Amino acid sequence: MMFVPGNNPGLMADAHIYGPDALMFDLEDSVKLSEKDSARFLVYQALKTIDYGDIEKVVRVNPLNTPYGKADIEAMVFAGADIIRLPKSETAQDVIEVDEWITECEKKAGLEQGSVGMMAAIESGLGILNVLSIAQASPRLIGIAIGAEDFVTDLKTTRSPGGSELFTARSMLVFAARAAGIAVLDTVFADVNDDEGFRREVETIKQLGFDGKSVINPRQIAPVVEIFTPTAKEIEHAERVVEAIKEAEEKGLGVISLNGKMIDKPVVDRAQRVLKMAIAAGVI
Amino acid sequence: MEIKKASTAGTLESSDIMILLDRGDNGIDIELKSSVLYQFGDQIRTVIEQTLLEAGVHNVKVIATDRGALDCTIKARVLTALHRAVETTDYKWGV
Repeated sequence: MMFVPGNNPGLMADAHIYGPDALMFDLEDSVKLSEKDSARFLVYQALKTIDYGDIEKVVRVNPLNTPYGKADIEAMVFAGADIIRLPKSETAQDVIEVDEWITECEKKAGLEQGSVGMMAAIESGLGILNVLSIAQASPRLIGIAIGAEDFVTDLKTTRSPGGSELFTARSMLVFAARAAGIAVLDTVFADVNDDEGFRREVETIKQLGFDGKSVINPRQIAPVVEIFTPTAKEIEHAERVVEAIKEAEEKGLGVISLNGKMIDKPVVDRAQRVLKMAIAAGVI
Repeated sequence: MEIKKASTAGTLESSDIMILLDRGDNGIDIELKSSVLYQFGDQIRTVIEQTLLEAGVHNVKVIATDRGALDCTIKARVLTALHRAVETTDYKWGV
């Protein structure tokens, strides 16, 4: 998911050519207060006009307790945004209030109720402590994410190369997403010139169980895709597992072995996920 | 729709357009500067004029400085400037 500042017409026109899975147009922190109206009009017109193809269109709106939140959501529902991303979610009630306002806007726009999805970003200690109830607060929620810059500020610390200050929060986010059956995305990596540090962070969050990473620069897309794409060896193994379990089912066997290793449901589930990821990445 | 005060929107950065609106009594009077004036001047004028007419504005002075903006950017900047010039926070999305 690539961030696009909401008041930058140049990026808005070009962002899709770099091939991200999703574009997140930002009306919040990257837009100064005096330009909130301007960014709202610009993103609205861009979404109505530019064909972004299969790329998911996400808009980060201002919180409802600001003078901009309601108008942002209404405009973006009318513009055809796929997903409204709520920043600084701290309680389930934050999500429920946005859900209710989206419903009102869908009615006004003549859209089917529930057609606009939601994401919630967690950016504080309170949000992390409430993350499960946030993740389960609305059927619109397709995912949760962590916003690390605000989060470490709330914790009264800073980001470090190893990310130890984010470890617990990231894991809690993954637990909550899995419990709620939704996706989980990691925060941005701000230093676009630190390729090695970026790769390390992507490898870490993949290992923790995240589904993807937010990026702020087109050059960060390729490493994310590369790291999340299963290797040829992983794909081959997954195909053999799926084939073996198919044969076992035909023979009425519950548990079988492949190359001397037991193949049971968790192994099969992991193999199926590898194949799904490989298909999504276009390598099989 | 009546222009209450002069207003601006947009920037002078690449792919953007700076729009200045002020009260006028001689129809839609557009003064346009653009790096692509020769190629797209007529198109830019048409987008500005149509956007204003659709919003119900018939008398306005427009000074536009274009840096290669797409039509959707031109429309957005004109509407933002207009919104500020008429001093309203109410806008009918989807119209």
